[in-house]
Amino acid sequence: MSEPGDIAAHLSSPKQRDEVLELGMWTFLSTEVLLFGGLIMTYMVYRHADPVSFAEAGRQTRIVIGTANTAVLLTSSFCVAAAIQAGQAGAARAVKALLAAAIILGTIFLGLKGVEYAGEYRDHLVPGIDFMQSGPHTQGVRLFFIFYFLATGLHAVHLLCGIVVLIIFLRCYRQIVCHPRYLAGLRTAGLYWHFIDVVWIFLYALIYLPGRSG
Amino acid sequence: MWREWIPFWHAGISPYGGDVDLLFWGLVIVSGLVLGLLFFLLLYFCIRYRAGNNVDRRNHDEKSWRLEVGWTTASMLAFLGLFIWGAVVFLKIYQTPGDELTVFVVAQQWMWKVQHVGGQAEINALHVPINRPIKLVMASQDVIHSFFIPALRLKHDVVPGRYQDIQLQISRPGHYHLFCAEYCGTDHSRMLGEVVAMESADYAKWLAEQGPSNSLAHEGESLFRTLGCSGCHENSTAVHAPSLAGLYGKPVPLSDGSTVIADEKYIRDSILLPRSQIAAGYQPIMPSFQGRVSEAQLLQLVAYIKSLAGQHP
Amino acid sequence: MKNYLTEDYTLRSWFFTTDHKRIAILYFASLIFLFFIGGAAATLIRIELATPQADLVSSDTYNRLFTMHGIIMVWFFLIPSVPNTLGNFIVPLMIGARDLAFPRLNLASWYLFMLGAAITLLAIFMGGVDTGWTLYTPFSTLYSNSYVAVAAAGIFIAGFSSILTGLNFIVTIHKLRAPGLTWYRLPLFIWSLYATSIILVLATPVLAITLVLLAAERIFGIGVFDPRIGGDPLLFQHLFWFYSHPAVYIMILPGMGVVNELITCYSRKKIFGYKFVAWASLAIAAAGFLVWGHHMFVSGQSLTASLVFSFMSFVVAVPSAIKVFNWTATLHKGTLRFDAPMLYALGFIGLFTMGGLTGLFLACLAFDVYATDTYFVVAHFHYIMVGGMVTAYFGGLHYWWPKITGRMYSEYWARAAAILIFLGFNLTFFPQFILGAEGMPRRYHVYPPEFQVWNVLSSGGATILAAAYLLPLFYLGYSIFFGAKAPANPWGATGLEWQTPSPPPKFNFDRQPVVDSPPYDYEHAPEPQNV
Repeated sequence: MSEPGDIAAHLSSPKQRDEVLELGMWTFLSTEVLLFGGLIMTYMVYRHADPVSFAEAGRQTRIVIGTANTAVLLTSSFCVAAAIQAGQAGAARAVKALLAAAIILGTIFLGLKGVEYAGEYRDHLVPGIDFMQSGPHTQGVRLFFIFYFLATGLHAVHLLCGIVVLIIFLRCYRQIVCHPRYLAGLRTAGLYWHFIDVVWIFLYALIYLPGRSG
Repeated sequence: MWREWIPFWHAGISPYGGDVDLLFWGLVIVSGLVLGLLFFLLLYFCIRYRAGNNVDRRNHDEKSWRLEVGWTTASMLAFLGLFIWGAVVFLKIYQTPGDELTVFVVAQQWMWKVQHVGGQAEINALHVPINRPIKLVMASQDVIHSFFIPALRLKHDVVPGRYQDIQLQISRPGHYHLFCAEYCGTDHSRMLGEVVAMESADYAKWLAEQGPSNSLAHEGESLFRTLGCSGCHENSTAVHAPSLAGLYGKPVPLSDGSTVIADEKYIRDSILLPRSQIAAGYQPIMPSFQGRVSEAQLLQLVAYIKSLAGQHP
Repeated sequence: MKNYLTEDYTLRSWFFTTDHKRIAILYFASLIFLFFIGGAAATLIRIELATPQADLVSSDTYNRLFTMHGIIMVWFFLIPSVPNTLGNFIVPLMIGARDLAFPRLNLASWYLFMLGAAITLLAIFMGGVDTGWTLYTPFSTLYSNSYVAVAAAGIFIAGFSSILTGLNFIVTIHKLRAPGLTWYRLPLFIWSLYATSIILVLATPVLAITLVLLAAERIFGIGVFDPRIGGDPLLFQHLFWFYSHPAVYIMILPGMGVVNELITCYSRKKIFGYKFVAWASLAIAAAGFLVWGHHMFVSGQSLTASLVFSFMSFVVAVPSAIKVFNWTATLHKGTLRFDAPMLYALGFIGLFTMGGLTGLFLACLAFDVYATDTYFVVAHFHYIMVGGMVTAYFGGLHYWWPKITGRMYSEYWARAAAILIFLGFNLTFFPQFILGAEGMPRRYHVYPPEFQVWNVLSSGGATILAAAYLLPLFYLGYSIFFGAKAPANPWGATGLEWQTPSPPPKFNFDRQPVVDSPPYDYEHAPEPQNV
């Protein structure tokens, strides 16, 4: 038995609401696949043309920060998933704590990214702003770092949007356990958050591993 | 040739021009038939089945798989035929050119600069002898242009950062339009040229009349010295650099284990991007000349190095 | 009895609406404005081209005119035209829903569209863009002295509007159909918009990233497309056309969807081969992603690539051909009436087929070498976009006008306009096929005098076409205030949108409809009320 306010005026049942939200988010995520995919294809074209330079460039990335960030993001995804479980179980305080943890971890990720960018700036690795390299691989390294900054920058913007969304949900953590509509929303946001995580894993492999594996 | 039996067909002035025209008219006829049939049916149905006409409309919802499959299959077969026809002629247009007579073309905003091997240079004009296959090596100084001679049914983009080779062969003397067909800025529509095809004797006379000038290879040789290339590449004791005598056209083993043929592109890339393909057994110490040589000068250097092809290293 | 128009008259109720019908009107008004800006550019172009010399504008101005004409007409008119006006209005009604799945996202789409349009118009006022709508590098990144980055930003933002619209339609069509309305009972307009939405959602993001790369190159000089430092100008073309070819199917599929509705209604019988037509829409969407290289046959891409793309371009023509056959077969043994929407539908079939056949010419490799970058291509795509798409848009507009506004328009003037548009259109664009066949390149401000005759004919036709396009402004505008009140179903058409009053109430239906009959069930449809 649904209460008024549980579903929007134009929908006809809670089940429809949940299905609409889920399909909507999956459709949106498919657009994100194409967005990052286009960028990754550009990377692949240039990497195929000059694999040696890309390996050389990969060795200049800061793998410690990158790996730490991966751990941070994966943990934050766990927190979001756990928050949704807690929401289903009615544990409001757990929801609050877990969402807060996810937000903090997301912010740590962005902070570490900022540290990483500062380091790259010091090393003159920012194409278009401050790029000075010598050696036979300059052109390839430059193309690699174009991809690096655009991909991680785009990823960071998406992560920031995700953090904002989680903050909004944190502020109504009490409603999440009472009103199915809020829980459905959080579930949808969680799907987005996990996707950002998956994108990061792909980027990690393309950025930090060339020249280092094998 | 069987084609000569087709009324109104003529061979055109390039080896494939007549084929392209035949393809065009074939497409026009097929389209005309399809369109004719369509317009006929539309008109016929509109007149016959107009509301108020007392005609037999029973069984108007009959299904007809046969019709659907039939016209779908017919379309597919027709399209396959057209694809093959177009592809066959296409491969003729873009066949790999032989090396017999080479002319260099540099496209830039907003003019065509042509350089003949003997050093004769022209702007917005291209003199060629008839009935000889000519290899055009084309480069762009700045943006993408497109080399279009409608009379020959020939077009190819000229993209900066690479060489485009196409084969040109004209069967009849005359003057033909050269257009730039890729939008390239303010005076794109004024980037016109004239292709002048002449009998061999007239062509030879024209070449001789172009005034004393150094051949391209000669110009290239002077550049080779003034730019300092000879300092390393001509039997220097201080620096170990690959010899360029006898290089053109031969395979070059690279430091990563692969082999490339030393063609125009390889030579150009070696001058501009020396670190990208390092010859086996040599250190990557050659400086880049990016920004210090124009496309026209690059062609002169290439011509010079080509002229060393017969020598022993 | 209140309807969605009379529900509330405040400005706030319009600019903060979440009602899909009002949002459709917001789009409709914006698109009229943008169409006339793009049309003004076209008028100036055709006036200039009546003579071989430059006598109206300078070359720099001319180059900005054709660029802005392309950008505005493609992104700010054609792509949103049917989906965001007719689609927004009709889709929920047609499937028996109260609104789209995400009404607030729908409003956000409109605001994003307007922001994108404003920024792009800003680029015009600042001085324009002169790269051609195709923005090829390295001219656009390294050589153009115009506001490329500003225009790229405007188009990028408008792209969000496209993506959100597509997303909204996909979810709506999947989840909000009325009980009993199975996929094979849906009107084909819905199938077409569904296929369009798939392309909107999957192709537009690639445009987005391409524009980001372009802007970064232009502003920061990163070098991704700069051949002097290792970039590849051809990569831009691949990225650009990977979106822009599917984009042309975004533009034409909705028009084909409209034609399905018009042909069935004005033949008073169901479509011939419903399933074939439905799946043909999806086939076009899928295959449309695999042909982009046919814009690059002379660019220097490999011969193998050219062969593959040519083959696929013929493949994608097959489902379009199927649709044309099926529309024609639908007329057979129908009961035909020639109201204005039907005239537009018939015009579409003829003109789209001409455009499509000339597409086959261009898919043929050897002929494309000659014809690409000439007026042959310009004529080809205008036959499809204007002869096809704009015609279908006008047809749909007239067909659903009584539903949208609650008024009937003058049938006499509507037919006159339809015929005038058809004649003006052919006179404008058929000569351009001849110009292309004679070798006149495109984007030429001045041209050799031997091309003048056909140019004059084309410009003459353009004058007629411009006047013809102005006509509907008058008689449709007049009808809003003085037209006869429209009944719920003036044409005696099938479809749920005709089961509710004209104009509909805010929540579309008093009671949720239940569907138990096949689509286009003209055996049991009411008679038209305007004979």
